[in-house]
Amino acid sequence: MIELKINGQTRSVEADPATPLLWIVRERFGLLGTKFGCGISQCGACTVHLNGVPVRSCVTPLAAAEGGDVTTIEGIGGDGLSALQQAWIDEQVPQCGYCQSGQLMSATALLEANPNPTDDDIDKAMQGNICRCGTYPRIRRAIKRAANPGLARVQRFDREVTHG
Amino acid sequence: MGKWTRRGFVTAGVIAGGGFIVGVAIRPGNRTIELSSLVAADDEMLVNSWVKIGADNRVTAIIPHCEMGQGAHTSLTQMLADEMDADWALVSMMEAPAKAEYANYPLARGFLGGFDVPAVLSPTVNGIFLQATQVMNLQITGGSASVRATGVYGMRVAGAAAREMLLTAAADAWQVPKAELTARDSMIVHEASKRSEPYATFASAAGRLTPPAEPPRKRMEDFKFMGKSMPRFDIPAKVDGSARFGIDAEVPGMKYASIVRTPVFGGEIVSLDDRGARDMAGVRDVIDLGNAVAVIADGYWQAQQALAKVGIEWDTKGNDAATTETIFQQFGADLDSATEREAWQADRELGDVSTAFAEADQIIEAEYRVPYLAHAPMEPLNATAWVRDGICEVWTSCQNPLGFRAEIAAALDVDDETVIVHNAYLGGGFGRRAQGDYAVQAARLSAAAGMPVKLIWSREEDIRQDNYRPAVMSRFRAALDTTGRVLAWQNQYVDKHEPAEAPLIPYAIDNQLIRYTDSPTHVPFGPWRSVDHSQHGFFTESFADEVAVAAGQDGYRFRRDLLKDLPRERAVLDLAAEKSGWGASLPDGRGRGISLQYSFGTLVAQVVDVTVSDGDVRVDRVVCAVDPGFAVSPDALVAQMESGIIYGLTAALYGEIYIDNGAVAQSNFHDYQMLRMAESPAIETYIINSGAPWGGAGEPGTPGIAPALANAIFDATGTRIRRLPVKNYDLQFRIHEPEEVV
Repeated sequence: MIELKINGQTRSVEADPATPLLWIVRERFGLLGTKFGCGISQCGACTVHLNGVPVRSCVTPLAAAEGGDVTTIEGIGGDGLSALQQAWIDEQVPQCGYCQSGQLMSATALLEANPNPTDDDIDKAMQGNICRCGTYPRIRRAIKRAANPGLARVQRFDREVTHG
Repeated sequence: MGKWTRRGFVTAGVIAGGGFIVGVAIRPGNRTIELSSLVAADDEMLVNSWVKIGADNRVTAIIPHCEMGQGAHTSLTQMLADEMDADWALVSMMEAPAKAEYANYPLARGFLGGFDVPAVLSPTVNGIFLQATQVMNLQITGGSASVRATGVYGMRVAGAAAREMLLTAAADAWQVPKAELTARDSMIVHEASKRSEPYATFASAAGRLTPPAEPPRKRMEDFKFMGKSMPRFDIPAKVDGSARFGIDAEVPGMKYASIVRTPVFGGEIVSLDDRGARDMAGVRDVIDLGNAVAVIADGYWQAQQALAKVGIEWDTKGNDAATTETIFQQFGADLDSATEREAWQADRELGDVSTAFAEADQIIEAEYRVPYLAHAPMEPLNATAWVRDGICEVWTSCQNPLGFRAEIAAALDVDDETVIVHNAYLGGGFGRRAQGDYAVQAARLSAAAGMPVKLIWSREEDIRQDNYRPAVMSRFRAALDTTGRVLAWQNQYVDKHEPAEAPLIPYAIDNQLIRYTDSPTHVPFGPWRSVDHSQHGFFTESFADEVAVAAGQDGYRFRRDLLKDLPRERAVLDLAAEKSGWGASLPDGRGRGISLQYSFGTLVAQVVDVTVSDGDVRVDRVVCAVDPGFAVSPDALVAQMESGIIYGLTAALYGEIYIDNGAVAQSNFHDYQMLRMAESPAIETYIINSGAPWGGAGEPGTPGIAPALANAIFDATGTRIRRLPVKNYDLQFRIHEPEEVV
């Protein structure tokens, strides 16, 4: 029996300690927001926080999380949405949405460590997360918006259109 | 002039102006049990297939398309709600169930014949296409067709018809002339008597009326939701982890399956040694599907571990010698042979090309190649199936629920009606999820194992068992006179797919010969975002640049001069050039390239800025001008341009599926590289609403980016990229030569 904290709750699970944390989170705890993408820590879709640090849960064995504190996408908003999640909506970031849990987990860790990141900081922190829909420009804007609540709002819902 | 029939459930008709109505009108008392149980509660009624009005006055748009991030669920709802004059706060949507009644006929018509059919022929043509699509069992989301086909010919018509029927029903109920009534924010209002009632009051009476054959549609200046960037319905659930994709299906008692199919396409299993695997913890079964082996276990990781322990000997059916090189040798030989035998199929023959070449002052030639490409959607392919008690229930994420149903039924040799497909959000599609192989596998595994099975493909399986974007070889010749005028354009290529017009160019060149020959290979292929436009866009817009260089002209002005009778094309090109600052001189190591593409009804011009240093290319900026006729949701269109550009850039810079020993050499994201945040350029998109027939959004951003990039690299380095991907080139920037001083 392996015990760990997940989104603040203590849970225990009977499983091979080599099992990747990803499958424990999804299949045993039923937290389906964390996604499988590649299985070899190349895409970041499975990103969770282990003791506050973003890790790729597809290659993190359950044993490594024993006694640890795991946070998933379901745990970052508290009762509502975090500033980042709200910025993701304001900037209409997701398309297919499959990678976005992982993107948000990486961005959340970035802002916790560095509340006002530069473009270079964003590049480095987000480089492990692939988005096949190409939402990178919007992710960048959403991170900046969350970091700077006073930033002028992009008129996302009122775009200029030329009439030909 | 067709009318909506009142007998059956499928109704279709033609309206003045070549419009095409497709809908399902459900007459009270004559609805199918299946439909009513799925989309109507007891106190609701179906007015027609695309709109439902509840007793609570809530309008539900029923959308026959999947959502894969393109925003179709929201854009189509906007179109319906606008024509209905609905209150947006009372509007919601649901995806249509996989029922034959929701097959999207306009899409097939678009794929098969284009939208412009002479009115006099329409009834016949529509009849043919209706039959064709019924046979094909289409419920596809593809061809960038949701808005321009289902939206224009379905949702808007359905919304307008519903509004008219509600007004008629209210006029009857209140005994007032219909002209005195207005529909506003989901209310029917009679100003003279100060009466107003919600739509729901009249819904059941409206549902008994004969739908108008030609409900009036709004003029553009009266649009309320169309043309506005409404927040997408699907986004909130995609930021808190609650959105459910196919992979998130949960069925009581389900087990997990991992699968491997024959690495050499077309191969079969010769022998199987599963002794080690069956003894492993959690393993329930090992199943031989003939061309694939699957392990079913209590957990997915257990299934994967056990599958790796299965010993499999494959028969490669003689395809194990094929490589990308032998395939391109075959293409070259087949092109040579077609030349010798004059055995071509023509896309376009204009003027007299041979005379033009004979009289040319200058002839330039080039051969282009693009490799096979995988789709690699972020959500690995998956399906959960439960075959039991004479039915097969499948939970998946796909672009074609009805097609999947038919494929599964055929594979299990059962009636279509016994297969139920539940479609969730798609974690990317790009064409891959229009093909049902993975769902068929899941159904067969559940049937064989006698339990509900969730099959998840590994990323390795996804990369190695795709239906790939075809590799293509394309050869060009152009003839120029002494003044640099283009006399002739000749293009010969191998293997044609869809859409037919992909290799055509918009430029006013009097003599054109565009033709192809077939050269089949053993590599399975399928539609990949923008289909044939993705290859031919790169070929034609790169070679156009070569011709411009040979003519001593600037790539923008060269194109512009050849578009003088196409003002819409010119306007898009001009806007992209203007916004990019075209014409300004660039420092050494930087380059700028332009392209123009018309695909899926939408015009796109793109300008790419690159910096080349130490042999590496950095894409700094992309300026994109787009004319979709009308942008139903401008921000969603911008998002699709960004998406199409990054998808196309990824392919142009890195994308290569290499065939070796008859199989795919790549396996995962470490060797099938993706564009990431740091390489992602700044993208600026500018929209022109020209008023032309409405075009698509999901694909038109993709085909022009590779040539604009290649043209920019040529500008920076003098190296012409004729074989993608760019990563295979060792690029060094050149010194920009100063303007000649006279």
